[in-house]
Amino acid sequence: MENEIRLLVNNISVVYSDVIQVLKGVSLNVTKGHIVSLLGSNGAGKTSSLKAISGLLKPENGKVTEGSIEYDGAPIQNFSPEEITRKGIIQVLEGRQEFKYLTVEENLRVGTATRWGKPYKEDLELVYHYFPALLVRKKSLAGYCSGGELQMLVIGRALMAHPNLLLLDEPSLGLAPLLVKEIFQIIKRINREQGTTLLVVEQNANMALQIAHYGYVMENGKIVMESNAEDLRENPDVKEFYLGTAASGALKSYKDVKSYKRRKRWL
Amino acid sequence: MDFFMQLLVNGISLGLLYALSALGFVMIFKSSSVLNLAHGELLAIGAFVFLVLSAWADLPIIIAFSLTLIGTFFLGFLVERLFLRPLIGEKLIEVIMMTLGLGIMFKGLLLFIFGGDIHAYPDFLPEGLSFELGNIFIPSVNVATFVIGILFLIVFGFFFKYSSQGIYMRSVADNQPAALSLGVHVRRVFAMSWAIAFIVAAISGIVLGIINGVNVHSLSAVGLKVFPVVILGGLDSIGGAILGGIIIGLLETFTGGYISTSLREIIPYIVLVIILMVKPYGLFGLVEIERV
Ligand SMILES: Nc1ncnc2c1ncn2[C@@H]1O[C@H](COP(=O)(O)OP(=O)(O)OP(=O)(O)O)[C@@H](O)[C@H]1O
Ligand SMILES: [Mg+2]
Repeated sequence: MENEIRLLVNNISVVYSDVIQVLKGVSLNVTKGHIVSLLGSNGAGKTSSLKAISGLLKPENGKVTEGSIEYDGAPIQNFSPEEITRKGIIQVLEGRQEFKYLTVEENLRVGTATRWGKPYKEDLELVYHYFPALLVRKKSLAGYCSGGELQMLVIGRALMAHPNLLLLDEPSLGLAPLLVKEIFQIIKRINREQGTTLLVVEQNANMALQIAHYGYVMENGKIVMESNAEDLRENPDVKEFYLGTAASGALKSYKDVKSYKRRKRWL
Repeated sequence: MDFFMQLLVNGISLGLLYALSALGFVMIFKSSSVLNLAHGELLAIGAFVFLVLSAWADLPIIIAFSLTLIGTFFLGFLVERLFLRPLIGEKLIEVIMMTLGLGIMFKGLLLFIFGGDIHAYPDFLPEGLSFELGNIFIPSVNVATFVIGILFLIVFGFFFKYSSQGIYMRSVADNQPAALSLGVHVRRVFAMSWAIAFIVAAISGIVLGIINGVNVHSLSAVGLKVFPVVILGGLDSIGGAILGGIIIGLLETFTGGYISTSLREIIPYIVLVIILMVKPYGLFGLVEIERV
């Protein structure tokens, strides 16, 4: 039970518009009940990896051309988002993506789409329990909410779908440090209390590795490093380039970082 | 003053009909960005289905009406499935051309079956519906129009505002990628918006048929008035469509009453041109919510 594999991504390649290859053999797995984080800088292919899992590559004319994705042992690569969400995999998109002209509560109700017709009152209460800020705003249009409220809203909206595997794409994006901390604590509570398995994409490696059990680092469409979260936090390369604290304690200059990038040591 | 009141009542009830039929048009546009150029033919289809069931099959009116609504609902699903779904992902202009072709085909079929004559429904509106308000007399057809218009606007208003399916439909119109990420069946929403467009068009087609007689040409021409209505109201706003419908209805009856009946039919298009010149996005279009 403890070590069951929920998600197995096996050596996948992803190609957009039949020609643009962005993932070149990515493998990762997510253990049931764990939080796994996927780190990497801009354009590394983190969002593409999540979309490959959730089926959302399709509307963008992207495809898994090689490898396989297994969820609870059954293949799901290139399935439609309608099918994948109904298996309990829900992706929270990067950059929030609220329904502007719907109220907060209506936004949450869209989360019941995979189980239309079933009661949802208790789920609303659960979401308001984790995010009391949403309760206060439940009647206002999402388009007028603050960035922090919106991040809570989109996570809460995904919870309404009873996800077994929740894919979060950069929940810290554009939020003040205190709010980031609060949101990550709630994510951790959801994982512990609801048993939800999570795959969290982040650039804020510091926050992500504090709550994760395991982590992967991605560069240029490949996984370049993986380890349990504590080890990753202690890894000198991760410290230097993702946690922003050099091993020596002294911050290296931007020029050094650039030269490092040019050498692409991990490839 | 009495004449004024009379025109006001007529105008509002006519406007409610326009509003109702525009609702279907706006719903298709909001969810899939498709301009439905077959809108007038949808009105005609509904009116003729009701003609067949009420006059020819001689069913009780309530049953004929309900069957028409159910039938056109499924017809809407079918049309979406057969003609529009295969075009999902193609260029928008191709889809719009498809609706133009559909309109021509529907019209041809209706003319083939029913000819170009004016048909009439059996006289079923009870005289008792009419009433006098002070010095003005409101005939039963206006009362019926008013009641049906208000009733169905409320029904669909509640559907979109409170029902889960209505909320899913609005979510697709609002942010399609986000709706997909939550498992909203986007193709089903498109189909649903066609089905609803068929129903509301049928309701307005039937009532217009009661008022003016059932004729393919005049019904599909009335359908064209959806353009002034939605341009006035803003293409993407349900509330705007309702307001736009009422304004066009009032303009028509007042022009007909005070100026000239021959101007009546073109006044909506004159308004359309003026509005397009001064406010190309419509008077009541959605206010874009921008964050800074
Ligand atoms: N729809 C698309 N068509 C073509 N190329 C795309 C598409 N989406 C993403 N890409 C490309 O794929 C690469 C990986 O993008 P992706 O969004 O997966 O990166 P990311 O790691 O999520 O980056 P970020 O941290 O900036 O969000 C980028 O070079 C991007 O330009
Ligand atoms: Mg990304």
